[in-house]
Amino acid sequence: MTLGEKKEYWRWEENAWVDESKDWRSAKIVTAGIDVGSVSSQAVIVCDGELYGFNNMRTGNNSPDSANNAIKGVMEKCGMSLDNIHFVVGTGYGRVNVPFAHKAITEIACHARGANYMGGSAVRTILDMGGQDCKAIHCDEKGKVTNFLMNDKCAAGTGRGMEVIADLMQIPIADLGPRSFDVDVEPAAVSSVCVVFAKSEALGLLKSGWTKNKVVAAYCQAMAERVVSLLERIGVEKEFFITGGIAKNPGVVKRIERLLKIEVVKTKYDSQIAGALGAALFANTLVAKQGAAAPIKAAA
Amino acid sequence: MIANYGYKDGSGEYYISIDTDKCIQCPVDRACTKACPKSMFEIMTDDYDDVVAAIKQTNRKTLAYDCTGCKPTGGYATLPCTAACTPGAIKHSW
Repeated sequence: MTLGEKKEYWRWEENAWVDESKDWRSAKIVTAGIDVGSVSSQAVIVCDGELYGFNNMRTGNNSPDSANNAIKGVMEKCGMSLDNIHFVVGTGYGRVNVPFAHKAITEIACHARGANYMGGSAVRTILDMGGQDCKAIHCDEKGKVTNFLMNDKCAAGTGRGMEVIADLMQIPIADLGPRSFDVDVEPAAVSSVCVVFAKSEALGLLKSGWTKNKVVAAYCQAMAERVVSLLERIGVEKEFFITGGIAKNPGVVKRIERLLKIEVVKTKYDSQIAGALGAALFANTLVAKQGAAAPIKAAA
Repeated sequence: MIANYGYKDGSGEYYISIDTDKCIQCPVDRACTKACPKSMFEIMTDDYDDVVAAIKQTNRKTLAYDCTGCKPTGGYATLPCTAACTPGAIKHSW
């Protein structure tokens, strides 16, 4: 790293995956879900109701471009074009700006549907820890939302808050969780009301001699306490599942488990794709019900 | 589905909850839309293609102020929206 070059500690790893054991050409229904979030965008391809491939990347400053880039990435990996996709559902904060989507569905419904697929039909409570908000969702055995609550207006307790702390501590974001356990005594939480207050409090703690790990532990605890208060308002029913980027941070997940005295359902899938997966599953149901839709050519 | 509209801040929690399962087959012809003096309710199609009542986007962050006029201090013994909604789909958190 040269002088003036700034390392981006907040930058999380973008990823893509395709199920090499299957061939989309043999599927009767091929659908896509696009989740344009405030921080990340995902495109998921579902073949006959089964996950086939996905692309997970950062959202840029333009929602239509982010949606186009996300779908391009997964289509290239799968060797398909938009003509091969029977229905596209857009979701997330930028869902109305997906130029090639046939329908937009809220991320609350899509996360519940995705969590039902990823965590099984026993999942009843879902915590979506997204880039700029958190949602506590209750669903039934089919993944239909029965109740939900969103967090307040601040980025504290969200993925963006974690990115701010990664940059401040100069610790790669993927290492924050493991390092938060490397403390002698679990510290009290920092401010959980506001990410700006949390940042200045963290700086003060560093100056007073706290180690970086201890400050990170205090921030993870704050984030856990904040989302637990949201969950307690709605009530936690077993099984409990977490979606969104923060689900990959064991420092927060373990602390939520400790506070709730409940274990989170584990999954082999990437927790960040839950919304897009749910959208693709909604699209699959719509095609089964009403048939395929013509591709929207304004697309990528 | 229970749809909660509103927010929480330093002064308290302000939520209107609409139980959409009770709202779907409204026997009182969506009386809430006419009962609300601020016209905050609208009819929309939700994610599951059910036609239900919802709070207009413009009112979701200002419920604490918009609903104040209908609280007991405003001269109402009961809230017009909850009184009009005989299936009991609408509830207030405060």
